[in-house]
Amino acid sequence: MTWEETNKDMGAYQQALDAQTSSGADSRVAEGRARRAAVRAYRSEHPEEEAAHAAQARTAAPAGAAAAAGAAPAAAAAASGNGGSVAVAAAPMTAAVREAPLPTGNIPTPKKGAPDKHRLLAIVPPEGIQRVEREQGDRVHTWPHLLIEEFIAMAILFAGMLIFSSLINAPLRELANPNLTPNPSKAPWYFLGLQELLRYFHPMVAGIVIPTFILVGLAAVPYVDRNPSIKPGDRKVAITLFTILFMFGAILTIIGSFFRGPGYNWVWPWTQGVFFEL
Amino acid sequence: MAKIQPPNLRESEVWKSIFRPGSIYRKGYKDTSRDRALATMNNVLWHLHPTKVKRHGLKLTYTFCLGGLSFFLFVLLTVTGIFLMFFYRPMADIGGAQAYTDMQTIRTSVFFGDLMRNLHRWGAHLMVLSVTLHMARVFYTGAYKPPREFNWVVGVVLLFLTLGLSFTGYLLPWDQLAIWAVTVGTSLAGYSPFIAKQANFLLLGGAIVSPNTLLRWYVLHVLALPFVLVLFLSVHFWRIRKDGGISGPL
Repeated sequence: MTWEETNKDMGAYQQALDAQTSSGADSRVAEGRARRAAVRAYRSEHPEEEAAHAAQARTAAPAGAAAAAGAAPAAAAAASGNGGSVAVAAAPMTAAVREAPLPTGNIPTPKKGAPDKHRLLAIVPPEGIQRVEREQGDRVHTWPHLLIEEFIAMAILFAGMLIFSSLINAPLRELANPNLTPNPSKAPWYFLGLQELLRYFHPMVAGIVIPTFILVGLAAVPYVDRNPSIKPGDRKVAITLFTILFMFGAILTIIGSFFRGPGYNWVWPWTQGVFFEL
Repeated sequence: MAKIQPPNLRESEVWKSIFRPGSIYRKGYKDTSRDRALATMNNVLWHLHPTKVKRHGLKLTYTFCLGGLSFFLFVLLTVTGIFLMFFYRPMADIGGAQAYTDMQTIRTSVFFGDLMRNLHRWGAHLMVLSVTLHMARVFYTGAYKPPREFNWVVGVVLLFLTLGLSFTGYLLPWDQLAIWAVTVGTSLAGYSPFIAKQANFLLLGGAIVSPNTLLRWYVLHVLALPFVLVLFLSVHFWRIRKDGGISGPL
């Protein structure tokens, strides 16, 4: 049955169409909702036709005849649609309660000459479409803009490293000797801040408590700082604290690296020399 | 005489099978919105990125490329590290000390050996630095705030693993610098509460830095830690996209 042959209420159609259009709906969505409203308005005014349809569907379904089974769901599908979306219907809804046809147990056989591929067509009410509300924002294509920038950064770093590595050799001292402790003995540079702390604290504090505190503290940062703003002006406390701690670590590392000499005693690097190896 | 047409490589079936639609190397690439998106989407490496990124993220002073460069350094260290593995044995028994003699061989006799070792050593130091600075950048741009809290935690784990990789590698040359730096660094584990002895033994494979330690740290350095790091790195990259790409703008 085409739209032209469908029984409908054109007054309700026009009313719903105007309402939808004025509320800013897309023209095709508005048209679809108005069509539904028109059909519903007609049905609610002619309940006797509905009852006849329903009775036909109920008697046809258990009969189990292939033809009737095919027709019954179609009739039910055409007649149903009272899925709670009453809001757009212009006329009041008094649709009769109808039961779905009982399963017939017939497995539909494919039509002769039907193509191997099949298409699925789902009819979805406009309200059923999930709208994703996300700002498109000011975006640019990754290729070429970001990838070229990354490539240049990588190439510059690699070129710099090649030049540096060609000119300056990594240290290799004499064979390891467990009986000969060099003076001073220093950890790798990234642990020199901790080694510097060893001068001031008990080893358990400097070596266990503080590093654990730093790692756990760092991991906990997002759960402690619940300020949602990322504007630097709103985060003065967080930025100040982090900067102080970061500088504290950097200064300790620099002291441990360049200002500590034999016996791990204080030296001035410009007079007594640098006791530091990478 | 008929002209012999050279076969057009870019139209050949082989070429087309290698370069997927949207590849800039494929014939018919057009600088359109569609092909630009496909160029990112259809490449196994580039599709770590979304097809479009926020414009402010391109600004050099927002990221300083620190995360990407850390990843590049990791790849570079993997490549140079594999090269060095061909010439290095983690053995240091009395009278043998192959680890140390292999280092000397790499420096003097292996083609490009010295350059590779230098790249590996300097790259390792640089990676510790770049990962640390990357963390500072992420803090200052507030990029750890919801929904990115967990990715920050993953990042802290990655920083810890980077330090672990650098420290385990530090022992491998088996020279005076190596064993004494490691002796100093690990002596602190002996102060752990309750499990001091056990922690020390687990870390060193004995009471002091010994050939056992060398083997243990070698396996950690070339296999165990990189494996764990790649796992966390995958989660790190994946979460960047799932959490909505780069943070900001400020």
